[in-house]
Amino acid sequence: MRILIVEDEPDLLASLAQALREEGYAVDTADNGDDGLFNAEGTDYDAIVLDVMLPGMDGWEILKRLRKTKKTPVLMLTARDQTRDRVKGLDTGADDYVVKPFDLEEVFARLRAIIRRSTNKTTNVIEIGEVKVDTTARHVFFKDKPVELTAREYSLVEFLALHRGEVVTRTQLYEHLFDENESSLSNLLDVHVSNVRKKLGAEFIITRRGHGYCIE
Amino acid sequence: MNDESPMTNSGDKVPQPVRHSSFAIAPTKSIKWRLQLWYGLILVAVLAGFGVTAYQLESSRVFRRVDDELHRRVDILVRALHMPRPRHPNFGQRDFDGPPPEGPPDDGPGGQDFPPPQRFNLPPEAAGLFGTNSANSFYFIVNGRDGKELARSDNVPGNLRAGVTNLMRANPGGAREDAMRQLRPWTADGFRYFIQYLPSGESVLIGGSIAPELHELEVSALTMGGIGGVILLFGLAGGWWFVGRALRPISEISSTAAKISAGDLSQRINTAEAESELGQLAAVLNSTFARLETAFAQQKQFASDAAHELRTPVTVILTQTQLALGRERDAASYKQTVEACQRAAQRMRKLIESLLELARYDAGQEVLKRQEFEFSKIIADCAEMVQPLGVERGVEILTELEPLKITGDCERLAQVVTNLLTNAIQYNHADGQVLVKLARQDGLAIMEISDTGNGIAPEDLPRVFERFYRADKSRTGGGNAGLGLAICKAIVEAHGGTIEVSSTTKVGTKFVVRLPAVV
Repeated sequence: MRILIVEDEPDLLASLAQALREEGYAVDTADNGDDGLFNAEGTDYDAIVLDVMLPGMDGWEILKRLRKTKKTPVLMLTARDQTRDRVKGLDTGADDYVVKPFDLEEVFARLRAIIRRSTNKTTNVIEIGEVKVDTTARHVFFKDKPVELTAREYSLVEFLALHRGEVVTRTQLYEHLFDENESSLSNLLDVHVSNVRKKLGAEFIITRRGHGYCIE
Repeated sequence: MNDESPMTNSGDKVPQPVRHSSFAIAPTKSIKWRLQLWYGLILVAVLAGFGVTAYQLESSRVFRRVDDELHRRVDILVRALHMPRPRHPNFGQRDFDGPPPEGPPDDGPGGQDFPPPQRFNLPPEAAGLFGTNSANSFYFIVNGRDGKELARSDNVPGNLRAGVTNLMRANPGGAREDAMRQLRPWTADGFRYFIQYLPSGESVLIGGSIAPELHELEVSALTMGGIGGVILLFGLAGGWWFVGRALRPISEISSTAAKISAGDLSQRINTAEAESELGQLAAVLNSTFARLETAFAQQKQFASDAAHELRTPVTVILTQTQLALGRERDAASYKQTVEACQRAAQRMRKLIESLLELARYDAGQEVLKRQEFEFSKIIADCAEMVQPLGVERGVEILTELEPLKITGDCERLAQVVTNLLTNAIQYNHADGQVLVKLARQDGLAIMEISDTGNGIAPEDLPRVFERFYRADKSRTGGGNAGLGLAICKAIVEAHGGTIEVSSTTKVGTKFVVRLPAVV
């Protein structure tokens, strides 16, 4: 899962980014509106955390422009808790909003919710044969026993599970599992796939040669 | 009002519908009722005065007419009594053809020479003056010297009071020295009476029914009463309408004020129909309400902005601490967290200090020192102080300072100068310039600080002195919350000065501060 955070307060941006990375997301950041829109339009993020008040282009404007080309789920951060601000945000195309000051847990939960809705899943638990993926607790069960996965491994499983039945290309996986600062030209992805197969069975992830990976 | 507000047993306050109609006022306290009562009373008094006077005039006219008739008949009878025989034909002629004699009949000093008449015959020429049996006609009774009745007309009413006949006898015969005495006519039982005592001892009573006259008076009294009543009614109704109309703005004012006190500050009094003195009052109140509304709106905006400004640093502290406490971390990352929290707390402290400072200026509680000082020196010091920032940003600071003194709080004014200079540097280009000028003009110290920055957009220009207003919406730029210029304005105005801004996009911005200079 790759997420973009657009926030101009450096300390807040840093803590949000770190917290979401620790949750297993790949995180890109932007500290002004123009960079934010540039990133949001150029990459297929799984979700965007967008502050309303920004230097340069403000959050509303970014949202309005982004919605012309992309339907990436957007979680707005707003310091204004008046109804009309919230209504404006939702009407402009935001998927949800959090009012400052917020708890990190709430941001996590709302992010999970908008990502789940964007992939048309209704529950937090995805069952694939003998494997169960709990996207809330970020746990994977194999034959009803919890399986220890690293954050990156979990993200791989979750992303493939959310796109079950689809062939996911290596580029897509790189885009969604790694942020812009990590080198995507490594064989890191193969290592993760191989580790997951060891833990959840060799047949769990199927390789479509020349296309990518798939969970059926 | 309080005793009317219903409370539920649970103690929950039921929202009271605001009473928009005018408050009920006891009639004794109501201006409308008091006015009505007052001019009602006046009207009644005036009408009654006029009515009574008119009635009295009318009735005295009617009675004088009746009395004239009585006198005429008495004269004839008296003459007939003293001259039972027609001895002087001219007398009768004079009696009937000429004007009626004034005063007592001319019986002359020889009146007593007549022998006492034993009989009385109505002279034929007077027969038509007395009725026979009609109750409406005049009647007479003639008593002799001895008090015995000599004659009476046929139509003397049977119910004539004994008192009347007794009164006739009250004249003891032979009081000759007395002038011929008359009783004043009087009225009783619908009759008008008149008794004439003759010096010789006879007495003559003339009575006449005045029922038609009384009826006439009654009719005119009723007519006047009716007219008076109608006038009173019109007066009261017109007054009611007029007073109601004149006082309507008051009830409008009170109902509007009630709505406003209930919290709807957008209400205004409709002044369309109130063109009287109350219209002016309504206009004054409306402008007061407008200012109240503006002040309330500003206060609300201010509180909301202040809360908003505090939200971000609180968010920083919350997320930083929650992140740090999420798992075990090394000392370096704890240090980072603490530093971020410190920055957030300092930002809040700065904001709170600015807010309190503004609040003190608002309340007029900020104590300013009043000392005379060299303003040019203060400006030069400030320019020197911000020099490092200018160097950092590549901005050159130029000064053209004319020495002049002003009176005030030099620290506060230095704060203004520093703030304006800092802004001029921060919103400038690299290799830009900031020019500070101080000059005297018309007894004022005029300080101009101009920069070569991007300028302020025309739509933002009128609002730059508003609290929390940031033209560039960037909260990190300079770390201020948009209160700096508002504080500058408060300080300058507390010194009796003005601050103005002008700006040309892409060319630069100029702030002008005018303060009273020491002569």
